[in-house]
Amino acid sequence: MTDQITKDPASFVSHLELGEPDKTFLDSNELIINMGPQHPATHGVLRVILKLDGEKVLGTECVIGYLHRGVEKIAEHRTYAMFNPYVDRIDYVAAVSNGLGYCEAVEKLLNVQAPPRANYIRVILTELNRLASHQLWLGTHALDIGAMTPLFYTFRDREEILKIFEKYCGARLTTHAFRIGGCLYETYDGFEQDVKKFIDFLPPKIDEYEELLTTNRIWLERTKGVGKISASDCIALGVTGPVLRASGVKWDLRKAQPYAAYSEFDFDIPIGQSGDTYDRYLVRMEEMRQSLRIIRQAVERIPEGPIMAKVPKVMKPPVGEIYHSIEAPKGELGYFIVSDGSTQPYRIRVRPPSFVNLQALDLMVRGQLVADVIAVIGTLDIVLGEVDR
Amino acid sequence: MPEETKSPTPPGGQPHAAAPAKPAGPATIPWDSPTVARLKSQYGSGVQEAVTYLDQNYFILDASVTAEALRILRDEEQFDYCVDITATHNPTREKHFELIWILYSFSRNERIRVKTNIADGASFPSSVSIWPAANWLEREVFDMFGITFDGHPDMKRILLPDGWKGHPLRKDYGIIQQDQEWVQINLGIESGQ
Amino acid sequence: MLDYITSYLSSNTTPGQAGNVFWALVYIMIVFGGVSVAVMAMNWLERKALAHFQIRLGPMRVGPHGLLQPIADAIKLLTKEDIIPAEADKFVFWIAPLIILCASFTVYIVIPFGPTHAITDLNIGILFMLGVSSLSVLGVVMAGWASNSHYPLIGALRSSAQMVSYEVAMGMAVVSAILMTSLNKTGTGTLSMIGIVQAQQSQQMWFIFKFFPLGFIAFGIFAIAMVAETNRAPFDLPEAESELTAGFHTEYSGLRWSLFMLGEYAAMIAVSSIAVTLWLGGWLRPFPNTLTGDTWDLVFSLIPGLLFLGLALIAFVGVVRMPKHPYFRIQTVGLAGFGAVLGLIGLILFIPPVRDRIQDIFWFSAKVAVFMYLYIWYRATFPRYRFDQLMKVGWKVLLPVAIGVLILTAIMGVLL
Repeated sequence: MTDQITKDPASFVSHLELGEPDKTFLDSNELIINMGPQHPATHGVLRVILKLDGEKVLGTECVIGYLHRGVEKIAEHRTYAMFNPYVDRIDYVAAVSNGLGYCEAVEKLLNVQAPPRANYIRVILTELNRLASHQLWLGTHALDIGAMTPLFYTFRDREEILKIFEKYCGARLTTHAFRIGGCLYETYDGFEQDVKKFIDFLPPKIDEYEELLTTNRIWLERTKGVGKISASDCIALGVTGPVLRASGVKWDLRKAQPYAAYSEFDFDIPIGQSGDTYDRYLVRMEEMRQSLRIIRQAVERIPEGPIMAKVPKVMKPPVGEIYHSIEAPKGELGYFIVSDGSTQPYRIRVRPPSFVNLQALDLMVRGQLVADVIAVIGTLDIVLGEVDR
Repeated sequence: MPEETKSPTPPGGQPHAAAPAKPAGPATIPWDSPTVARLKSQYGSGVQEAVTYLDQNYFILDASVTAEALRILRDEEQFDYCVDITATHNPTREKHFELIWILYSFSRNERIRVKTNIADGASFPSSVSIWPAANWLEREVFDMFGITFDGHPDMKRILLPDGWKGHPLRKDYGIIQQDQEWVQINLGIESGQ
Repeated sequence: MLDYITSYLSSNTTPGQAGNVFWALVYIMIVFGGVSVAVMAMNWLERKALAHFQIRLGPMRVGPHGLLQPIADAIKLLTKEDIIPAEADKFVFWIAPLIILCASFTVYIVIPFGPTHAITDLNIGILFMLGVSSLSVLGVVMAGWASNSHYPLIGALRSSAQMVSYEVAMGMAVVSAILMTSLNKTGTGTLSMIGIVQAQQSQQMWFIFKFFPLGFIAFGIFAIAMVAETNRAPFDLPEAESELTAGFHTEYSGLRWSLFMLGEYAAMIAVSSIAVTLWLGGWLRPFPNTLTGDTWDLVFSLIPGLLFLGLALIAFVGVVRMPKHPYFRIQTVGLAGFGAVLGLIGLILFIPPVRDRIQDIFWFSAKVAVFMYLYIWYRATFPRYRFDQLMKVGWKVLLPVAIGVLILTAIMGVLL
């Protein structure tokens, strides 16, 4: 089961041979069951067709596209600045990261550098957003597995982050926080105090979540050994983010190819060993703590200075193309922008981490039970807005 | 829009008196590396260009050699992670589509792009046997552009409904165009617009 | 005629044993009314307690602090459209909830609220209870089958498999408790519920503490098995919403669904009563033998009244904290009235004749109420077991431990 597709790439199948249902389900051994597209407490409109033998999953097929909004087509008819708000809606849970990736990509294309103060503000807000995204993940993942209470605890604590966002840019979820060239808004009076208060507020809460789940016997039984994927299978399937790190590959774009002031901070990259759901849970919990560490360093050292670089009012990047990717909470989020010299991009391609991670679902649930499918979808941390764009 | 013009003439052919010269962006510089050398020695003229733009390296290869070159890149140059497969459509060029692979090597912490141009209606061998990640990525390229990949186990649409006609990201697909027939039949409404 | 009715009042047996049908019927009415009220209260408590565990408030609008919410829910369920799937087997569909309800309510015949406060005292009381409560499995399977849809059927089969598996462990734990009743001079034990509590009284130890830790482990096994038996968290996979199969009661709506819920809560109270009777001394007040004497009796007898006065105090604190807005006037008055009723009950419970008679019923109910709260606490805290893990726990963990405890109890009983 480990390294299955690295040894035999042709064995990676992501569709089911459905064929004709000629036997009633009581006669045949195999049962085709449809999950979704609408189901409670999951992460959007995702349809998974399962082929079961009793309770065991023989194969799955994901049907996506229910949330496809044609973002890439829209991009070709908007100017670079006009496209910025659309980018938030791709992964609506971690909107700030999306904005960061896009603004940095266009800045590279325009060959401008955001000033240091803007970079620090960007880092603080992006790490806060990573915390918010992981908290939402934890609440919904625990709810899928049956623990109802962590959902409310994480959402209550996430409120504090959303309050900071609201005070900063007026929006909680789809923040549109950054502009091409830097940040539009200066930090409000009391921003540093709020962030510092939050940094002290959160660690006991993370301990509280861990107390409820990490050593809980039932949680361990539901997550240990479930949804295993090996490191080489992850790489072969293009899976990135906490899923890759939990399988043992110590790779994080913030360290490997630093962007936006990350090279100035000191933080660790948590990795797991066995690549199962429990390791992914531990990796994300530790990532939350490391994010707090980054924010603490950033807030103490914010430099003074301008927050916006000199960017022409009418942005016409020179002809060329660029690929820029960042470490979003869910994995490698990339923007491939082709410019033809006009004010509107010629082609924008968003490389969504959830889309590529979701491919791995089939491999991770083969041979496991039906109840594990939901646990694995939760642990992949997919957001359908990103999968479908 | 033509891709390679550096200074478009304003409409009407009247040059503005004080029109600022278009900022010449960073130039593309040729790229030289052992990888490039290996591919050039293997394929010679199959490697049309190898350039660096804004510190990002990419090749443009001939369509006939690309499939093999990709395999060499994975096996011998350790580009084991296929980051993305995408395409662009430019009807003003001779070969309309440009397929782009973005590859990354963990051991070398290096990212490259491989580009190739194919004509409208042509298909391309699938990279699924090289990187299984290509499975859904190529399905999306097919869905959006209509480029089929030979040897792909499951070449069907992924984001749009199965019976949809048209490939949206092509330049001849209008921004508010949609498959009216599908919408009428399946959703029972006149139009989604 | 009148003699027949009043003759019971001076007897010291249960109406069933005394053969007094009139009083038996009166007791049945009281018990069923009490259970129904308890189920409604349990519904309210579950929503409020679960909400407070999850840092939210729960129902607050329908009555003061949501006290009338169960009534509103009942009205809603009663007035809902009765949908029967077209291909369903109508008779079986109709009768399934009735079977569960009958099975869950019939066991209340032998539950002892006091030495004479039971509807009857069968001398096979505990066996009767376990047997009749198992009949609800039949109702579950019938409900799943009659729905003619494969999700409820899968859910029903899972649910019934789970209930049957945990009944085995439950039975073993019960047997070890029954063994302990035989540790008296004559060496004969008893299956009668009242007899079991009297055995605990005469042996001067609640069975949970007997041969420590054996009684405790047996109690623990029963406590876990009873949660699984009633399909409650963390063993509620068959009826959880976020799993694939939504359970055997998917196709039921309105009144029929509420019958399932009524049966489930009634079963919860019934198995908690078994646990309380067998291990926690039934109606005996805490420390009946170590803290003896009239003063201690008096102190403990004041506790019911004090408890109700305490609840009234909480209600009045709630009244004080109500928003002072005209829209809240009715709620404030309602809550104050409720607090006044509670206080009145508390004061009544101080009157000596009432005080003495109410002791047994109060202690029994208090212990069962603790179990009900534990049920809600489990639901708020634990994730759900996966079905194969659930079965593994039932067969591979609880059953061997239960058999081991049984053997050890028998050995200890012989040795001592």
